[in-house]
Amino acid sequence: MSEPGRQLVAFEAVDAAYRERDVLRDVSFEIRSGERVALVGPNGAGKSSLLRVLAGLVGVRHGTVRLDGRPIGTLGRAAIARLISAVPAASLPFSMRVEEVVALGRLPHEDPIRGLRPSDRAAVAAAIDRVGLGHLLGRDVRELSLGERQLVLLALAVAQEAPLMLLDEPTVHLDLRHQIETMDLLVDLNERDGTTVVAVLHDLTLAAHFFPRVLVLDRGHLVADGPTREVLSAELVREVFGVDPMLLQVARP
Amino acid sequence: MVARPEAVLAARGRPFARLRTRRALAFGGALVLLAVALVLGVGFGSVSVAPAETLGILARRVLGLPVTQTWPASTEAIVMDLRLPRVLSAMVVGLGLAVAGATFQGLLRNPLADPYVLGTASGAALGAAIGVLIPVRFVIFEFGLLHGLAFIGALVAVWLVYRLSRVGGLTPMTSLLLTGYAVGSLLAAGLAMAMYLSGANLRQIFFYLLGSLDGVSWGQFAVAGPIVLLTSLAILARARSLDGFLLGEDAAAHLGIDVRRERALLLALAALLTAAAVTIAGLIGFVGLVVPHVVRLAVGPGARGVLPLSALVGAGLLTFADLGARLFGEIPVGVVTALVGAPFFLFLLRSTRSGYEL
Repeated sequence: MSEPGRQLVAFEAVDAAYRERDVLRDVSFEIRSGERVALVGPNGAGKSSLLRVLAGLVGVRHGTVRLDGRPIGTLGRAAIARLISAVPAASLPFSMRVEEVVALGRLPHEDPIRGLRPSDRAAVAAAIDRVGLGHLLGRDVRELSLGERQLVLLALAVAQEAPLMLLDEPTVHLDLRHQIETMDLLVDLNERDGTTVVAVLHDLTLAAHFFPRVLVLDRGHLVADGPTREVLSAELVREVFGVDPMLLQVARP
Repeated sequence: MVARPEAVLAARGRPFARLRTRRALAFGGALVLLAVALVLGVGFGSVSVAPAETLGILARRVLGLPVTQTWPASTEAIVMDLRLPRVLSAMVVGLGLAVAGATFQGLLRNPLADPYVLGTASGAALGAAIGVLIPVRFVIFEFGLLHGLAFIGALVAVWLVYRLSRVGGLTPMTSLLLTGYAVGSLLAAGLAMAMYLSGANLRQIFFYLLGSLDGVSWGQFAVAGPIVLLTSLAILARARSLDGFLLGEDAAAHLGIDVRRERALLLALAALLTAAAVTIAGLIGFVGLVVPHVVRLAVGPGARGVLPLSALVGAGLLTFADLGARLFGEIPVGVVTALVGAPFFLFLLRSTRSGYEL
């Protein structure tokens, strides 16, 4: 992992369009190694698009995105995959065992011809252990519950061993217990392993509880960036989300 | 999180080891199947050749071993000039179709994809039909106009489908599949027209549509064989990309795969494979659809297992199917693969534990 405090991601006045539609306008921020950042905003605000731009899946129109100090355009897919892991959306057309899915996280590292090296197998084993999936080994992923599947995909991203992990609504479809477990795991990965975590969240309560920093997007603009408890004020929530923040107040300790 | 050492041990040893054992068993079985197919395929026919003599001839003529000749020269001529090119062609065609099927299924993430999914079949068929209609006859390297136009037709059809399915610089998979279907229908209409116009030559077109390995020559094998083998190896070398596509294109990109380049390359390679197979054997169905499914049940969906095992099983299977075709008095081999393949595919669908979801 890169040393804490080092700049991992920098957006400099970024404009981006996806499928002919403007999705980001003049967005600037930076993320340092070891941070835990929540990305919130109403539907269509550009949260997922921001993750896609950050990972180089969508190009920028104006401005610069830097990863580890270098402009993202100069990095190949393989180089980006060693810097950024992403928890994929779950959809599997073929039946696959848990360990086979997790092992896909080693694609950026494995031998291009011969496949998994012993070190890759060790990383898969460690990731399975880290996420606590030992009891599901050998099971067909498509027979698992949604919560378990989500953990398998999280283990895939852990096995990728990149300094930055991206998650797009990791708690969607999950019951309350699995939501909290997922959040605890992310905090643990962040605090113990030093993995920088950026997660798109719909649930402001989860963001307020588990993420020290929040970025708020609204219609493609970055409207707030800072410590979660200061940023998620009643005023901002009313303005950006158009709802009464009473519910949020209850959840804040 | 949970108990560390046990879980690590469990993950490190057991599951991967079990997978490797299954893989070794599956490969061993497939090799045996292939060897049996070779000996039976060469031995069976109007003049039957005993397995021992078959092995003797192969050892002497192919491997150059000093085996004493205990069989008549005519037997050797039958084996070397008629049977061997046919059996080897069956193997190469089966191998090509199975590998192309596995590639298309993996790339399009669609268990129903077969080698013909992007219009190759209708393109080749229309090309062949036009070849029959044009009243010019010439032969280059033992390939006629029919073969040449079938090959070109197959590749042009895929290129057309690929170009037409682009939406704003992207090629979504669904758009690719639907375009393949639409272009295929269009070409099929052209084929129907050509058949209507063909008059006395209808039988020749029809024969091509049903698929056959009757009369495949050494010359044709010498051209198609290397294309199929080299293309298959090129696909195998991209196994990592195919694995990346298992979870979808975005996931593949996050895992370091250059999606646009790899998808175009893999589509082109699989199309070339199909075109080569179709050119020498006509349209043979179900091998490319069923074989990858069976193989996945044995070794899981990883491309490093699926591709080589599909190659072996496809080669063995089509050799047996061709043997069956000869057994019933030279019926088209495509009829045999459909008669056996379709019920087997149904059985597979109904018996797969977790079913299929898209």
